[in-house]
Amino acid sequence: MSSHYGIVAIVAVCALTAGVGAFGLRLSRTTSDFYVASRAVSPRLNASAIGGEYLSAASFLGIAGLIYSRGADMLWFPVGYTVGYLVLLVLIAAPLRRSGAYTVPDFAEARLDSPRIRRLCSVLVIGIGWLYLLPQFQGAGLALHVVTGAPAWVGGLIVAVVVLLSVVAGGMRSITFVQAVQYWLKLTAICIPAFVLLMLWLRQGQPAPVVLSEPGGGGWARPLSGFGGQDHPTYWTYSTLLALCLGTMGLPHVIVRFYTNPDGHAARRTTSWVIGLLAAFYVFTPLYGVWGRVWLPQLPHGLHPDSVVLLLPSAASPTTLGDVLSALLAGGAFAAFLSTASGLTISVAGVLDQDLLRPRLHAWTGGDAMSVQGFRVAAVLGILVPYGLSLAGASVALASAVGLAFAVAASTFCPLLVLGVWWRRLSTVGAAAGLGIGGTLALLAVSTTVLFGVPAGWPGALLSQPAAWTVPITFLVTIVVSLATPDRVPQGTGRMMVLLHGPEGLVLPATRGG
Amino acid sequence: MPVRATEPPDVPRRVRVTSPRRNAVVRGPQRPVTTDIREQTGLGELYMRSLVRAQLRLSLTVLAATAVVLCGLPLAFLLVPATQTVHVWRIPLPWLVLGAAVYPVVLAAARYYVRQAERLEREFVALVERQ
Repeated sequence: MSSHYGIVAIVAVCALTAGVGAFGLRLSRTTSDFYVASRAVSPRLNASAIGGEYLSAASFLGIAGLIYSRGADMLWFPVGYTVGYLVLLVLIAAPLRRSGAYTVPDFAEARLDSPRIRRLCSVLVIGIGWLYLLPQFQGAGLALHVVTGAPAWVGGLIVAVVVLLSVVAGGMRSITFVQAVQYWLKLTAICIPAFVLLMLWLRQGQPAPVVLSEPGGGGWARPLSGFGGQDHPTYWTYSTLLALCLGTMGLPHVIVRFYTNPDGHAARRTTSWVIGLLAAFYVFTPLYGVWGRVWLPQLPHGLHPDSVVLLLPSAASPTTLGDVLSALLAGGAFAAFLSTASGLTISVAGVLDQDLLRPRLHAWTGGDAMSVQGFRVAAVLGILVPYGLSLAGASVALASAVGLAFAVAASTFCPLLVLGVWWRRLSTVGAAAGLGIGGTLALLAVSTTVLFGVPAGWPGALLSQPAAWTVPITFLVTIVVSLATPDRVPQGTGRMMVLLHGPEGLVLPATRGG
Repeated sequence: MPVRATEPPDVPRRVRVTSPRRNAVVRGPQRPVTTDIREQTGLGELYMRSLVRAQLRLSLTVLAATAVVLCGLPLAFLLVPATQTVHVWRIPLPWLVLGAAVYPVVLAAARYYVRQAERLEREFVALVERQ
């Protein structure tokens, strides 16, 4: 592949991100601008921004890579990523927005009136955020390596620096514009090469996918075949689906976006737009996995399946056209790393700042430090730690690594949010017990697979995709402990229910001034 | 007040105008249901609980329908192995369903939910304001 076009595309995307970020600097003046764009973002712009933020390295490169290497079962990843927003819409979108909190820790404190649960949530937000940031850096390293041959640490460093520049400069207001632009950039970058490849495929007489490792067998194309070394594929399918559907609502960068909606109605409409935008993107990604089997049955030595998207155009058409399309895909992939990393950094930094740094900064400077400065310090911390970890950490497939973050989110924040919104008898002790048990089990399972690899048979299946047992256990523990401690149900639960479920059109006398 | 010596004879006598239902029970100031909702009285609780229950029923219905469709797919692949290999328009059925056909269904479920949830809220507001 000629690397010049690719470098131009990557530089252009980075410059665009930093440029729109700087433009946002002139627009964002207050702390509220910084965190939530002063809550004045229209549903369509916000939906583009959510889509832009959500389509990460896992979506852009990882899904095609997994379908390429493991076959039909991996089609559940894009389905789960999309259905996650339906679950979020139906269960918590409007009430979450009406709660008027910035982050999950804010929601937990408002709903349960307990600073200790707030701190527990803060730790989980930071943990999930860092777990999700890791694959973004790995993906960037991989993409830059494929395009230019640069060592893996360079790509991650570029992403870290550009994200820091734009986040530190503009905060949420600028990030909203950047993300919205990046959704359309990513959609263009994935769909134009897809149409060209479709033309090439049709003109070449629709060659069939080739699977070298199983000549004659059809395991790759069949669901539940266990192709690619997946033990117990039926369990894996259901457990992954559960993790993706319930985990979306617990991802820190997803939740923080909902506070930029003006009200609960807008939150619902935004979410419904997001589902359409995601669907438009995800119909293209599996095609790359299939065409990878057509044109690249054998990957070049030493390259990970996650790079198949970037290698495909040049393999299909070894001309300038192929190089230009590969460059477009490389640019889109960088847009994916940058936007997801920005969103995660904003939310992790917000929590780090509010719950850990600001109280300390306040004590050191006697209240002289501006809150925006604290946020900037937090952003630096929030992105450098996972970058450091990505250099040290073992390499897992991008979409699998993201799947682990979903599993942790589904086993901790999902029960807290769902029961918090709909169940009056949720007690402080019950919520804390659920977060503790769910978080511990999911993190243990995840860290075991990441550190020691996947064991064979049932233990491997249960550990590598734990949601099917950790989520029910968390719900059960939260409910049973809450029922056992009715005296620890917070006093203001009834008032909170009015706040969460009261329609926007309802004017309560206090706000009418009567 | 100046005292007049003589009343003009053509001035009509003062008449007291009163309500014909002077014996009716006097009602206190109107108390809107919204006050009950804000003050968490038994009545307000009742209204809010009915709204939350209606919303929850809608959410669970949409979720259950989605779950039946999604969880039914692997089950169908498992129980009827022919579905794994049958081709529609030369594409294997599972690829067609999971790669494209699920998305319009999910989108339709989302649109349905948003419309119904907004309708429930409009009806609730109308009910409360009417009281």
